[in-house]
Amino acid sequence: MKQLMIGNEAIARGAFEAGATVATAYPGTPSTEIVTNFADFEGVYAQWAPNEKVAMEVGAGASIGGARTLVAMKHVGINVAADPLYTFAYTGVNGGMVIISADDPGMHSSQNEQDNRGYGRFAKLLVIEPSDSQEALDFTRQAFDLSEQFDTPVMLRITTRLAHSQTMVEKGEPQTPVLKEYKKNAPKYVMLPGYARGRHVEVEKHFEALREYVETSPLNRIEWGDRKIGIITSGIPYQYVKEVMGDISVLKLGIVNPLPRKMIEEFAAGVERLIIVEELEPVIEEQVRSWGIKVEGKERFTLLGEYSPEYLEQQLKGAVPPVGFGLEKEIPARPPLLCAGCPHRGVFHTLRRMKLKVAGDIGCYTLGALSPLEGMDTCICMGASIGTAMGLEKARGEEFAAKTVAVIGDSTFVHSGITPLIDVVYNQGTSTVMILDNDTTAMTGHQDHPATGVNIRKQPTNKLDIEALVRAIGVKNVRVVDPLKLDELETALKEELARREPSVIIAKRPCVLLEKVVVTNPIMVDPELCTGCKSCIRVGCTGISFNDEEKKAEINAGCIACGLCEQVCTFDAIKPVEV
Amino acid sequence: MMQDKITNVLIVGVGGQGTLLTSRIIAQVAVQMGYDVKVSEIHGMAQRGGSVVSQVRYGTKIYSPIIKKGDADIILGFEKIETARWLDYLKPDGMVIINNERVNPLPVMSGKAKYPDNIHEKIAAILPQTVIVNATEIATDIGNVKAANVALVGLLSAAVGIPAEEVEKAITDIVPRKALEVNLQAFREGRNRYRMAG
Ligand SMILES: Cc1ncc(C[n+]2csc(CCOP(=O)(O)OP(=O)(O)O)c2C)c(N)n1
Repeated sequence: MKQLMIGNEAIARGAFEAGATVATAYPGTPSTEIVTNFADFEGVYAQWAPNEKVAMEVGAGASIGGARTLVAMKHVGINVAADPLYTFAYTGVNGGMVIISADDPGMHSSQNEQDNRGYGRFAKLLVIEPSDSQEALDFTRQAFDLSEQFDTPVMLRITTRLAHSQTMVEKGEPQTPVLKEYKKNAPKYVMLPGYARGRHVEVEKHFEALREYVETSPLNRIEWGDRKIGIITSGIPYQYVKEVMGDISVLKLGIVNPLPRKMIEEFAAGVERLIIVEELEPVIEEQVRSWGIKVEGKERFTLLGEYSPEYLEQQLKGAVPPVGFGLEKEIPARPPLLCAGCPHRGVFHTLRRMKLKVAGDIGCYTLGALSPLEGMDTCICMGASIGTAMGLEKARGEEFAAKTVAVIGDSTFVHSGITPLIDVVYNQGTSTVMILDNDTTAMTGHQDHPATGVNIRKQPTNKLDIEALVRAIGVKNVRVVDPLKLDELETALKEELARREPSVIIAKRPCVLLEKVVVTNPIMVDPELCTGCKSCIRVGCTGISFNDEEKKAEINAGCIACGLCEQVCTFDAIKPVEV
Repeated sequence: MMQDKITNVLIVGVGGQGTLLTSRIIAQVAVQMGYDVKVSEIHGMAQRGGSVVSQVRYGTKIYSPIIKKGDADIILGFEKIETARWLDYLKPDGMVIINNERVNPLPVMSGKAKYPDNIHEKIAAILPQTVIVNATEIATDIGNVKAANVALVGLLSAAVGIPAEEVEKAITDIVPRKALEVNLQAFREGRNRYRMAG
């Protein structure tokens, strides 16, 4: 019986069917559901690692230890894991290893749209790209065999559209997991220069063998049709091509690194016009051009964003975009926002009020950068806030640092905020760092992490004590505040910013979505006292809105009575509902 | 009753309104009926109160998981301005079901933007095949506000012409036991409303 599955669930299933017994990941949209689904199978080990580098290293160990291993992350996670990845490509595997790179063309929920097929080329990895959930399952399963056959980690590159689209899947029979023998083999697994030189020779040999394999692999196929146009494509764009182009010829690549040169040459010779359809970078196109084959590619298609069937129809067939109904002009935007009662709101309200410079980081709290809070100056990647604040200080001096804070979430701090904090202490910075500890990784859907004391299966485990850790690093000024107690927060900030020493303020309050909130102390706006000054509205909460006719604020059904707007109102107009 | 034709359904709303359950039910029914089915949903930032969209496509063979602009047979809008926001995805002769519900986006709450007046009526004026319904009211009358999305399944399933028994089967599979009766009632009332509107 076929059933609907998102791509991510199908990948987890494929790994399970291949007999994988270890899976490790750090959450990140659109990859998160891969390992949460895998964790639901019996008899396997799954974990959240503190970051992607650790996930990759645990994966390497598990593979060397003989288990088939799945490692999953979003595209930017591969940057974090790149160091072990590049060299693990040299050592090769024992138990097969498949690394999922979940790319995000269109940046539905990412800070960049890098094309990780590039990693495959640089690290000489076999890169496989499925086009629907069935292929996600089947290709994952085959990827484990190929990993062992060619002694290389395999990258399965997917995109958001595949990860989160449900398509029909027929499950297979799981094979019994095999734990391969563990043998000490220093020349293979100890990457000293002397040994690594030997392994580089092996990498090139394997890669040559792969070049041959891909010419006949069932993962690549030519679908001959009308030969006036031939399109080379892969992944989700393959579906768009089939949707809009009818009976043309298509070379569908299931393996995007290495490319099957002979197959492509044969295809090129068999069609009048050769076009390459690939989202983001011209990875296939540049290689094909380098072989002296005439192709059309990025001169016709954008390097930006996610493609769509209508975009391909316009670029390939000159279709005219539909005129539409012309209503969108009057529609106000609906930006994503912090939830009513979110503890982060207190922080950004205060930072803005105090007119501080904010070196920000990635998480729900990045929404504090948007209107009306607008409380962030920089945000680059996970963990960057503390180093950025340090750099600002070293460029502009301590006066500037006295008006600057670094803001970082708890999951992000554990991920990559610890080493930059060590840098601040070591190199005698004076940064004030706020760790927004909401006891979860909220942005990606509430995964646990080392400081929540709960594992991926929701079982209790050792809990990282952030406060003790920060002290151990050498930060002497550490305090814990409630981010929704504005006076407390402001005092803490003033005092810590005034110090010519590093400080950490831990703003501690659980994410409002963690537990169902029952409002026991509802509040209201007293219309007699409300002057319509809108200072409460400027905290940007969905629980309070402005009534344009009455020119007064009013509490609405979204309110959870967190108390923030009450503290902001200078006219005492917001108060408990009298019973 | 397999048809060669592909049916494209766009379900739009605001994060938290229950659009996901609706698309799940519709997709499940299409699977039961032996169609090829694809559903596309983007998670992520949209969950934080942003606009959400589910695309459901079914037919004998489906390639793209997303619907071309101007190619949706039907748009089911859980919220008025969200319906308008996605309207250009509709075929010129497509159908719109609008839940008469207003969820103010932040720029409106803070008084920086205006919520357009009577947007649902404007849509109805452009598109003769528009059904306006108050699903929250239907669900409240039945005794559980949360069943509003299943009431909308009633209207949607009638509009695309899938038999009630198939949908009831899917609802029974998907909805938790203790909420089943209310949801089935909401579904039937939704079906009814469609008939009355048609
Ligand atoms: C290298 C990398 N991995 C993963 C992500 C996805 N991601 C964005 S923010 C975030 C963590 C957010 O958690 P936290 O810092 O606790 O903040 P919260 O959302 O809970 O406020 C994750 C996993 C990313 N952007 N970059």
